[in-house]
Amino acid sequence: MSATTEHRHPGDPGAGTVTARTADGAATLATRPTVSDTVSQTLALAWRALKKMQRNFEQMFDVTIQPILFTAMFAGIFGGAISGSVEEYLPLIITGLIGQTVLTACVATGVQIREDMDKGVFDRFKSLPIARIAPLAGPMLADMLRYLIASLLTFATGIALGYRPGGGVLGVLGAIALAVLTGWSMAWIFAWFGTVGRSAQGVQGISLMILFPLTFLSNAFVQPATMPGWLEAFAKVNPVSLVITAIRDLANDGAVTANVAWALLGCAVVVAVFAPLAVRSYGRRM
Amino acid sequence: MEHSTPSAELAVSAHGLVKTFGDVRAVDGIDLEVRRGQVFGVLGPNGAGKTTMLQMLATLLPMSDGRAEIFGVDVRTHPHVIRQLIGVTGQYASVDENLTARENLWLFGRLLGISSRQARATAEELLGRFGLEDAGDRKIAQFSGGMRRRLDLAASLISRPPLIFLDEPTTGLDPRTRGQMWDTIRDLVAGGCTVLLTTQYLDEADQLADRIAVIDRGRKVAEGTSDELKSQVGASTLQLRLLDPGQSERARDVVRRVTGEEPVLTPESGGINVALPDANRAADVLIGLREHDLLITSATVQKPTLDEVFMTLTGHATDELETEAAR
Ligand SMILES: Nc1ncnc2c1ncn2[C@@H]1O[C@H](COP(=O)(O)OP(=O)(O)OP(=O)(O)O)[C@@H](O)[C@H]1O
Ligand SMILES: [Mg+2]
Repeated sequence: MSATTEHRHPGDPGAGTVTARTADGAATLATRPTVSDTVSQTLALAWRALKKMQRNFEQMFDVTIQPILFTAMFAGIFGGAISGSVEEYLPLIITGLIGQTVLTACVATGVQIREDMDKGVFDRFKSLPIARIAPLAGPMLADMLRYLIASLLTFATGIALGYRPGGGVLGVLGAIALAVLTGWSMAWIFAWFGTVGRSAQGVQGISLMILFPLTFLSNAFVQPATMPGWLEAFAKVNPVSLVITAIRDLANDGAVTANVAWALLGCAVVVAVFAPLAVRSYGRRM
Repeated sequence: MEHSTPSAELAVSAHGLVKTFGDVRAVDGIDLEVRRGQVFGVLGPNGAGKTTMLQMLATLLPMSDGRAEIFGVDVRTHPHVIRQLIGVTGQYASVDENLTARENLWLFGRLLGISSRQARATAEELLGRFGLEDAGDRKIAQFSGGMRRRLDLAASLISRPPLIFLDEPTTGLDPRTRGQMWDTIRDLVAGGCTVLLTTQYLDEADQLADRIAVIDRGRKVAEGTSDELKSQVGASTLQLRLLDPGQSERARDVVRRVTGEEPVLTPESGGINVALPDANRAADVLIGLREHDLLITSATVQKPTLDEVFMTLTGHATDELETEAAR
């Protein structure tokens, strides 16, 4: 590399340029993408993910038809048995279902990432001078729309069935925001599964195996006090319960409680642990 | 045979490239020098290591050993720079099935940092250039193999990279589309691009490449221009056709005596082929036949084909290669 010069910018230790001897003379090129490149590449790939959603509507069933169906079914089936009447059960089940639906939607995020990596276009992404994180961050960003749709539809179905959230409009909006944020944070766990899994089916299998006990052994559908002692103990420390309690506090009471703070902290911890794991194992394939 | 070029004129310079997958040495110590503005052909049968070698140079696979520079930039230490210098059209189409052709090109343009409006214009221009304007709004899933290949190549040209890697650009294309692809590649070179392509087709390397490396089982077995490779086989071939096939045996004796080589009777009746160390000996053969009143209907002196070269260099016939390719 005799004729190649390299100089680094003082403020940004990683960035620099290299001169290549192309036919047109010397081209000076950046050694890594800038932050603003990374953002616009992530947005472009989020656009791609949105197009994909729009064209494969069956991939949206889990955040459209499913929450409507589940809400109506759960309220009707368990309402009388658990809370005496459907109306009394609604504040419990609607908020619980939001947690459950958003978490299930996260699994799809991980599975899709895995599927993407098996497709031909992934080779193109690898060969382009783009930030290695962008093809992961793009779909993660776009999927926030899925969590939003799921939360909105669950609330709407509940309201149609007679649910009157005590927290008012602001409380509901806060609950939805928390649900979407939780979805995005938890999705990093499944994204990580996606990057280490061997196949999309495998990723789906493992994710659901972990998710089912977490959602059902929580306070999503019943009060833990009605469970046997050991289950109650688990349901109380289950992080899913924590998030659902926070959503309830916001939607039903309009209160920004300590539970909300704990849920936010929990999300931060999940992101802090799993985002680097996902990014690293993704980077290895990129 | 190795000719050295000042390194400033090299688009690709690779030394001792190795890639191992477990026990398999897919690429086993290959040196490569591609001059700027050249079409360099890498010729080899299935499993020779062509794709693996290309992927290492294109930063898609880490090298197990060796080093490579592209326009003087180290591939291993500056992958992001290399990606700005190359366009890659892989063996299998790498476009998004969920998007239309237009959307694909727009997306790749955006990813390359081109403004939205400019990316739309570039997409339009490339669709026109590759005869895809009518199919621009169709989903890729409905594209034929040839259309996909063309779109894939178009996608590699968005940023006008000075070096283009083409992995088997015409495998699976019909003869007409294949010819179009060859023209496109020639246009690229006329526009100043350097092209490194792999192929299993000997005539493709012959037609397109200024320089050819033959690789087999991860090793380079020969390198040179098409003519240089052919002359490695040494001889020209004289092909004769007798007027009276019944005279084949007598004619063979005459040809053997004149040339000192063993002639081969070809399957079509009355055909005789003989290798000539020197093309000028053909006249002696013809005179010999005339003296014995053996009449011919045709006589041609041919340089050996690349098929014959390949056979000589690798020890396996190209038929094997082509039947495998056809599968
Ligand atoms: N990811 C991999 N893991 C294990 N072995 C591999 C891998 N990729 C390639 N190989 C092996 O490396 C060798 C070279 O493969 P490569 O794909 O480079 O050949 P090729 O010349 O491109 O062949 P083709 O003409 O069929 O495309 C083959 O023996 C192949 O089985
Ligand atoms: Mg190959």
